Amino acid sequence: MDDLIADFLTETNESLADLDVALVKLERTPDDQDTLSLIFRLVHTIKGTCGFLGLPRLEKVAHAAESVLGKVRDGVLSATPDTVSIVLAALDRVKAIVSGLAATGNEPAGDDSELIAALDAAAAGHAPVVAQEAPSEPEPAPEPEGEAEQEAVIPEPVAAPSAESRPVAAQVTPKPAPPEGGEPVPANQTIRVTVDVLEDLMTLVSELVLTRNQLLQLARTQENTGFTVPLQRLSHITSDLQEGVMKTRMQPIGNAWNKLPRLVRDLSREMDKKIELTMLGADTELDRQVLELIKDPLTHMVRNSGDHGLESPAERRAAGKPETGRITLNAFHEGGHIIIEISDDGKGLPLDKIRNKILANGLATEAELVGMSDTQLQRFIFRPGFSTASVVTAVSGRGVGMDVVKTNIEKIGGTIDLKSVPGAGTTFTIKIPLTLAIVSALIVEAGKERFAIPQISVVELVHAQKEAGRGHNEGGGTEPVIERINDTPVLRLRDRLLPLVNLNDLLALGESQSDDTGAYIVVVQVGANSLGIIVDRVFDTEEIVVKPVAPILRHVTMFSGNTILGDGSVIMILDPNGIARGTGIGAGGESKTISSGAVDQYRSSDRTAMLLFRAGSEQKLAVPLGLVARLEDIPRERIEVSCGSPVTQYRGKLMPLVAFSDGLDMEKPRQSVLVFNDGDRSMGLMVDEIVDVVEDRLQIELSGARPGLLGTAVIAGHATDVIDTGYWLTQAWQDWFHGDHQPDQPDSVRRVLVVEDSGFFRQLVTPILGAAGYRVTAVPSALEALRLREDGAVFDAIVSDIIMPDMDGLDFARTVRASGPWAGLPMIALSARTEPSDVEAGRDAGFTDYVAKFQREALIASLKQCLAEQVMG
Amino acid sequence: MASDVMERAEAADDEEERVFVTLTVADQLCGVPVLGVRDILGEHKITRIPLAPPEIAGSLNLRGRIVTAVDLRRRLRLPEPPADQPRMSVVAEQGGELYALLVDQVSEVMSLKASAFERNPPTLPPAWAEFSSGIYRLENRLLVVLDVGKLLALTEAA
Repeated sequence: MDDLIADFLTETNESLADLDVALVKLERTPDDQDTLSLIFRLVHTIKGTCGFLGLPRLEKVAHAAESVLGKVRDGVLSATPDTVSIVLAALDRVKAIVSGLAATGNEPAGDDSELIAALDAAAAGHAPVVAQEAPSEPEPAPEPEGEAEQEAVIPEPVAAPSAESRPVAAQVTPKPAPPEGGEPVPANQTIRVTVDVLEDLMTLVSELVLTRNQLLQLARTQENTGFTVPLQRLSHITSDLQEGVMKTRMQPIGNAWNKLPRLVRDLSREMDKKIELTMLGADTELDRQVLELIKDPLTHMVRNSGDHGLESPAERRAAGKPETGRITLNAFHEGGHIIIEISDDGKGLPLDKIRNKILANGLATEAELVGMSDTQLQRFIFRPGFSTASVVTAVSGRGVGMDVVKTNIEKIGGTIDLKSVPGAGTTFTIKIPLTLAIVSALIVEAGKERFAIPQISVVELVHAQKEAGRGHNEGGGTEPVIERINDTPVLRLRDRLLPLVNLNDLLALGESQSDDTGAYIVVVQVGANSLGIIVDRVFDTEEIVVKPVAPILRHVTMFSGNTILGDGSVIMILDPNGIARGTGIGAGGESKTISSGAVDQYRSSDRTAMLLFRAGSEQKLAVPLGLVARLEDIPRERIEVSCGSPVTQYRGKLMPLVAFSDGLDMEKPRQSVLVFNDGDRSMGLMVDEIVDVVEDRLQIELSGARPGLLGTAVIAGHATDVIDTGYWLTQAWQDWFHGDHQPDQPDSVRRVLVVEDSGFFRQLVTPILGAAGYRVTAVPSALEALRLREDGAVFDAIVSDIIMPDMDGLDFARTVRASGPWAGLPMIALSARTEPSDVEAGRDAGFTDYVAKFQREALIASLKQCLAEQVMG
Repeated sequence: MASDVMERAEAADDEEERVFVTLTVADQLCGVPVLGVRDILGEHKITRIPLAPPEIAGSLNLRGRIVTAVDLRRRLRLPEPPADQPRMSVVAEQGGELYALLVDQVSEVMSLKASAFERNPPTLPPAWAEFSSGIYRLENRLLVVLDVGKLLALTEAA
């Protein structure tokens, strides 16, 4: 292509981008003479150059547009939305022709007579008339550039809702004469360089930085050589050069924004909304490569804000907000990153719709939704295929939006987050690195290999003890200890539980250096989640040049690239996003299994408040808080001895006290006591110290090794023994319980429904059956149980109390047996009344077996037998 | 690339000569077309790449470029070399990326006559047949021509 044409194209494209912005500005401030002069000058230049280069079609369109603008400048016409629209249409045509020119080197053929006629009419002051004529028939569009043409074809219909739609001719008001010739054009201080040259420079500088680092590393080992001083200088010059070359690649973010005013303007016309776009920090500079990559996501998000975020003027009025909605773009530097905020003052994200959509797509269950915070819900919009717009508009709402935005931003090492307040608007915050080529990274070691972690995602470094033995960790060092839930390491960090991954395990590096008792934890931020990466050692940070990994390694998602360190060795760069995905943390990575809905929340594996205490040893013990009636702190002198056993006067009665550990410490001035009661009986369990109340899943994993302990469960990350209240109750009241305690080994996971009105026994039976290997659902009444049946809950057996309010056990059994999916289930009655007549009545009602309350062994044996019979039957 | 060479060789004059870099892997003499070779490296520090396919020995730094090393023994499903044996590498380019083929020994560059070339014998084990584009009869031993393109065609499935 002709060099002249190529230069013309570059220049014209820039002018056109400026024109879009300037025209929209003019529309808002029609009296701004500077803007007007700028527009006129730009169009004039385009026209002039076209004439010079022999591009007749372009010249005609530009000329017609210039005439309109000339009239506006002279004050004959005013810059109404209609005038601006017709000029914008002309610019679109110019763009279409220019892109044709760029593709083929020649002006594409086409007929612009209609557009020119419209422009001429506008120039003559007959805009409204034209607008009625021109759009009535679509222009024959022979040009190949269909897309650009589409916009150009339609001179905006005169449907502007504002008062400004008065005939333009009526607005011919004398204007002050424009300043002569505009401002002087400053001397040309810039030269054009192709991007390739800059890219090559950048690559060379990157290599230079690496070589410099290598030299420095070498020099560090040799002291006082003659090289030291020149090397220092070389190092400084290299840094300056790096900075300088980086600067050449820097562009103001406004370059990525210059299409937005036009977009918002068109959007507001199309959607009949009033939108004001405010752009702050447009001169914030960032690497042009990054700029290119965020252009599309930004455009998409602004469009979303205008389309979904902002309400119609009527809705806004009703909500007591100004009619004009506001979209604000804000860019600024923050610690080596660029932060871009896109906010609107619209209605906020519709949480209800998001919830419905989540359910409809099976991304989470209702029960899970209940436990989610609003922020968590809102983040679902970053999931693939998630659009809450019920109507798919031409503008947005095709469900390909935010996940693509998120992926694109993560691709350049950035992060995106959002904050939405119902009725007050939504703010998206994007954090991206200044440049992609050179990043600061933390060098760590795991399994004798070194890795780089980009500094952008590192939040902090923590040194922690690798699982010190139990008991040892109570020793009181300030250093945190890595604890384990099952085999999953976690760390308590400022009262939060931080999930950990061991880099050794994750990357299958084999043995770690186990001689050291400490480990370093690199806390990284991935989206809204924090994650700790356990490494063996941490070195310093280093500036590294990110190089992509070889294509045959692309499928290893844990790495975002590789680089060469100062000592010349190759090192892999870890990708925290990839690690999070690999470990199932973070949006998009979780694979939620869909469970059977609301009934799950009753399961015994759900959170239970547990009281933690100590007795006899440093080892913590736990008891379900629901079983404890009161916590008492009794003065020593009030503990008396009756029949050889300690008792105390409690609420006007004698309450037996049982020591958890052997022997009573009579020295202590006060005694902590856990009080259990049922009906009018109570007993006190004497313990050393009450530690805490925590909420955790009660899942008994080991059955009790000694009497008095139900088994061991992981509570708040510690293996904790759960005491068997039943055992201790029998210690106080011989007749409270019978039989000793030997829970069966779990044989299979059978689901058992327990119907029991007494909270105490419900809490008691649940862990007992849980320890015997059953999955227990406990409900307080027969009606509740029947509701579960209607919800479609499935069980293998039912254990029910007989004497209950509303519907007693016998009625319940009859109802179950009468019909429904539970009709064939084994049912075991659990009652304090064990007279033969009672047993008979129970069997008549449909109970399979009848077990005396508190006979835990009998209950478990009966359950086992019933279930076995059922299998055989 | 090697396969092109071969086809042309067959059609061409028997006296036409092809130039190969010869190398040994597990005592077998092999050759790769010299035009595809960018560099020969001695023992080099190689960084392990976790989670990579076993054939990938790691990556190394060749004058500021990162080169992915492919272990030829593993690629050809041959036993591991003795632990103390130094390894050499033949560097080749594929799709703009550099790869180093880790071999036991790189020896001379040979010009070989097309008349000495033969197709793979059908009895060649599949591991070899997959990557060999033919055999040259030398005076007292045989030279297997390796197809570098196929050797480096490691995909996710590999």
